[in-house]
Amino acid sequence: MANVLVNAPKTAKRGAVVEIKALILHPMETGFRSGTNGQFIPRNIVERFTATWNDAEIFSMDMSPAISANPFVSFFAVAAESGTIRLRWTGDQDFAVEEQVAIAVE
Amino acid sequence: MTALRVVAGLAIVFVASYAAAQSGADRRRSGYQDMGEALQKMQDDDTANPGMLFVQLGSQAWSKPAGAADKSCADCHGAAASMKGAAVRYPAIPKGADVPMDLEGRINLCRTENQKAERLPPESRELLALEAYVAHQSRGMPVAPPVDPRLGAFRDQGAEIYRRRQGQLNLSCAICHDDNAGKKLAGVTIPEAHPTGYPIYRLEWQGLGSLKRRLRNCLVGIRAEAYAYDAPEYVMLELFLMDRARGMTFEAPGVRP
Ligand code: HEC
Ligand code: HEC
Repeated sequence: MANVLVNAPKTAKRGAVVEIKALILHPMETGFRSGTNGQFIPRNIVERFTATWNDAEIFSMDMSPAISANPFVSFFAVAAESGTIRLRWTGDQDFAVEEQVAIAVE
Repeated sequence: MTALRVVAGLAIVFVASYAAAQSGADRRRSGYQDMGEALQKMQDDDTANPGMLFVQLGSQAWSKPAGAADKSCADCHGAAASMKGAAVRYPAIPKGADVPMDLEGRINLCRTENQKAERLPPESRELLALEAYVAHQSRGMPVAPPVDPRLGAFRDQGAEIYRRRQGQLNLSCAICHDDNAGKKLAGVTIPEAHPTGYPIYRLEWQGLGSLKRRLRNCLVGIRAEAYAYDAPEYVMLELFLMDRARGMTFEAPGVRP
């Protein structure tokens, strides 16, 4: 089960700038650490985060091993039309999580 | 004349009681108050506080059946709101037992006795998540250790450990957390060691951790040997610390640097 916390307004005035914040449970294992057996712990990070608003991309970023566990992302968008904001995290070991929130623009 | 004297008398009484109220003001500081504004905001915002991810995990585990009894916490306890007030009361002596147990010990007792399942290992994700979920129900309540005369002896032992010098650095908890609280140790402000936010999300750990883990860090810091995870010393220390924090606001899941 995905463990994600999203903070986005449910309503916005047309043309307003809204802030969208998202937090996800993820170890962000760098691949540079060795475990108790002396072997490297395989890299396991989120590589890419993207956000779309009614399927148009509004924000994306690449993540690196230097980013802490449970990464928190905050970004801004202009409220143009009502619809769905879809957030997607993909990464190592076939990690893929999607979360969506509805927003009403008036 | 008499009326004037009464007024003057009342004024003196007022000034005296005002002064008493001021000097009696609670000066205890939670570790929260020693953090920078950015971290305080992180703790306060439920969608920025990473501890809330574990509360969310805990809410999922709460209704998941486990063990030979195939029962979930929710099957017996209903909504988690029934746990309101539990975390501010622990450690306590459960019915039928004669030694105090911390909250995670109590949860594990339900695992073994009521779910007929394995104990969850210390600092395991599921145990911390359940503990965070239960503790979160008490957020905002005053710390309220139970009135149970049987706890006295254990709490006194906790106080004794707290004041005992130990480790290669030969320091006691009290030397840092009573005598030097508010001052700096390297770049860090020494807090007063109130256990009001546990389990906490510590940025240095990049994860959630229990009060035990925190105490182990302090023990290792003074180069003392940390007690084993199931040692009674942690519960004794927690009894003492909770009593010392009596009435302070419970804030789990806290965020700490
Ligand atoms: C050398 C000084 C020192 C000693 C001795 C010490 N601590 Fe600490 N303790 C600290 C510092 C510094 C922190 C805060 C660390 C940080 O924020 O990164 C801390 C944190 C804590 C906290 C967490 C407080 C919070 O707000 O979450 C508790 C509880 C605590 N210590 C208890 C103890 C106990 C019990 C002992 C004795 C076994 C002890 N400490 C010994 C320096 C010390
Ligand atoms: C088969 C029923 C049953 C199941 C399943 C169960 N419990 Fe309990 N639980 C109890 C009983 C009975 C008590 C004791 C109540 C009392 O002492 O009055 C208790 C007490 C507790 C307490 C102490 C509450 C207090 O106020 O002191 C906690 C915390 C707790 N349970 C957590 C859990 C968690 C977490 C789970 C799931 C992992 C769980 N329990 C599963 C029956 C159950």
